[in-house]
Amino acid sequence: MLENYLPVLIFLVIGFGFGAFMMALGFILGPRRPDSEKLSPYECGFEAFEDSRMKFDVRFYLVAILFIIFDLEIAFLFPWAVVLREIGMFGFVAMVIFLALLVVGFIYEWKKGALQWE
Amino acid sequence: MVALSDYLTVGAILFCISMAGVFINRKNLIILLMCIELMLLAVNINFIAFSHFLGDSAGQVFVFFILTVAAAEAAIGLAILVVLFRNKRSINVDDLDTLKG
Amino acid sequence: MDLTLTSFAPAMPEMFLLGMLSLVLVVDLFLTERTRHITYILSLLSLAGTFWLVLDGYPRLPELAFHGSYINDPMAALLKLFMLLAVMVVLVYSKEYIKQRDMYKGEFYLLVLFATLGMLVLASAHTLLTVYMGLELLSLSMYAMVALRRDNVDASEAAMKYFVLGAMASAMLLYGMSLVYGATGTLDFALMGEAAAKLPTNDVTMLFGIIFMLVGVAFKLGAVPFHMWVPDVYHGAPTAVTLFISSAPKLAAFAMLMRIFVDGLGELHQQWQGILIVMALLSFGLGNLVAIAQTNLKRMLAYSGISHIGFLLLGVLSGTSEGYAASLYYAITYVVMSLGGFGMILLLSRAGFEADKLDDLKGLNDRSPWFALMMMMLMFSMAGVPPFLGFWAKLAVIQAAVGVGLVWLAIAAVVFSVVGAFYYLRIIKLMYFDKPESDAPIESSADLRILLSANSLAVVGLGLFPSSLLAICSASIG
Repeated sequence: MLENYLPVLIFLVIGFGFGAFMMALGFILGPRRPDSEKLSPYECGFEAFEDSRMKFDVRFYLVAILFIIFDLEIAFLFPWAVVLREIGMFGFVAMVIFLALLVVGFIYEWKKGALQWE
Repeated sequence: MVALSDYLTVGAILFCISMAGVFINRKNLIILLMCIELMLLAVNINFIAFSHFLGDSAGQVFVFFILTVAAAEAAIGLAILVVLFRNKRSINVDDLDTLKG
Repeated sequence: MDLTLTSFAPAMPEMFLLGMLSLVLVVDLFLTERTRHITYILSLLSLAGTFWLVLDGYPRLPELAFHGSYINDPMAALLKLFMLLAVMVVLVYSKEYIKQRDMYKGEFYLLVLFATLGMLVLASAHTLLTVYMGLELLSLSMYAMVALRRDNVDASEAAMKYFVLGAMASAMLLYGMSLVYGATGTLDFALMGEAAAKLPTNDVTMLFGIIFMLVGVAFKLGAVPFHMWVPDVYHGAPTAVTLFISSAPKLAAFAMLMRIFVDGLGELHQQWQGILIVMALLSFGLGNLVAIAQTNLKRMLAYSGISHIGFLLLGVLSGTSEGYAASLYYAITYVVMSLGGFGMILLLSRAGFEADKLDDLKGLNDRSPWFALMMMMLMFSMAGVPPFLGFWAKLAVIQAAVGVGLVWLAIAAVVFSVVGAFYYLRIIKLMYFDKPESDAPIESSADLRILLSANSLAVVGLGLFPSSLLAICSASIG
């Protein structure tokens, strides 16, 4: 019975091996001859103005998080719009319910002040 | 003609890379979140390939839902990350060591 | 297309809960700290209303809705009733605790309600897609709940670990689902078994699919070797959240296991039985052994929970309807005991004091003989001492394993439950024979005291009449 699981073992071994192999390959084969020019940061021909890993306001995260949720409703609206004629009233009502739920979420984030920058 | 097995191979390779990424990466939690997203994308490739070759649209519908849930998951993940950073001042994987026993 | 209202009737409780949820969400926005109890009462009312709707629509025969992606059968209804009951108990237990820790916000109640909705969907899922939607609704809410105490380092670390491991398990589950979909050509459980039976027995796609899905399900259950998150999350999360995670979601995870592997892939029982045997053995073995070494009560209960999951798997892996009924019985039993155990931590904690060390139980008998007695009964029940509820549940699953000839596994289960009895009895020793470290009186509200007493007495009461609940479980598996 156990030999049935052999392919799984092979899969896992190959899986881990593959990932490790790729990283090792770059590590071993990649030439490393650093000089000051190569190590210096590159910014369109200019000297770098500031550290490239600059910190930016955590509030951008919040905006991004809120955006991504509401952005994805479009993924449902497109196929719905294409077949709206075929699914008729039922499809329409279903989408209205879906959008109503989204509106509840929108009211929530608005009232919570998540859309306020200050 | 691209065969079903080709798509599945791509999916499997992507899945393996992201899984290896989760275990090998010890530096940055954001990379961990990206690996998880990549896993879901590998699944999406599988679903779409199967859906196409079976001639059954249910698989593609599933992909829509996975995309949406992946977005919600990323949102929650980032939110937890921000909370963690505020408390610990670090997003290093190795610093997640308070809870032991 | 059938558009009449009756075709949605099987999903009525969920739709009601969703509606109420939206209402609570909006109402809570206009409440202040002083009127927050309205959210609390509304949440309890929503749950009670849903409970009544489930009871009202209790089905004799399975009913399908949404083109076969939703099923309401006796098992789903029974699980839903206990889930809703458990969540209501959680809300009552945790009220004082979250007030003292700056978590008394609408979000706590909303996340609990969202998670409950996810559990109900999971209990009724009849396609892989519905399973996934329910699971994610439940999991995402729980990740957020663990992180709810925003200024606590432990809680945010636990949340991060839970999130990363949980998201990975979901991805594995999904990968398995995609392979099973490819092999059988359907997402629908009604058609899946038939299609799976036609495949050759060593079909690699199917085999991979089953294994990946089992990994995902095992993670959600917290079975060894996918249990790493359980102790950390139980320990790090606020006790009110631990109480929640350890109770109703276990029923949901059991439902998920039953739906995918019995409703969907029951025909392939031979293929998944072997893996479940290994998981069960490791779970009650490792869970019981590691629990002995713990000094933190929440961690100890976490490992004890892992071992209980091992016992629960015993019934499912037997593959008979007696086995499924025994596992259902075990899941419900575990939830009742777990509610009592974590409820006791909530009872003993007060502002600025967590009461989650084993030493905090020292001399409980001197401080409160009544609750020491209650805790003793809960511990006896968890250890599986007759005639308490836990004993009958263990007996049922072990009988199921013996019934299909897995005598060695049953013997291992008995041995490890004897090993496990050690750390439960240690708690009783701490309560009755050690000196208390503090003599602070137990401050807690009357509703918590009464409900916790009722909860503990239920362990005795249901233990004295073991056949009643077991008969309901058997009938609902059918």
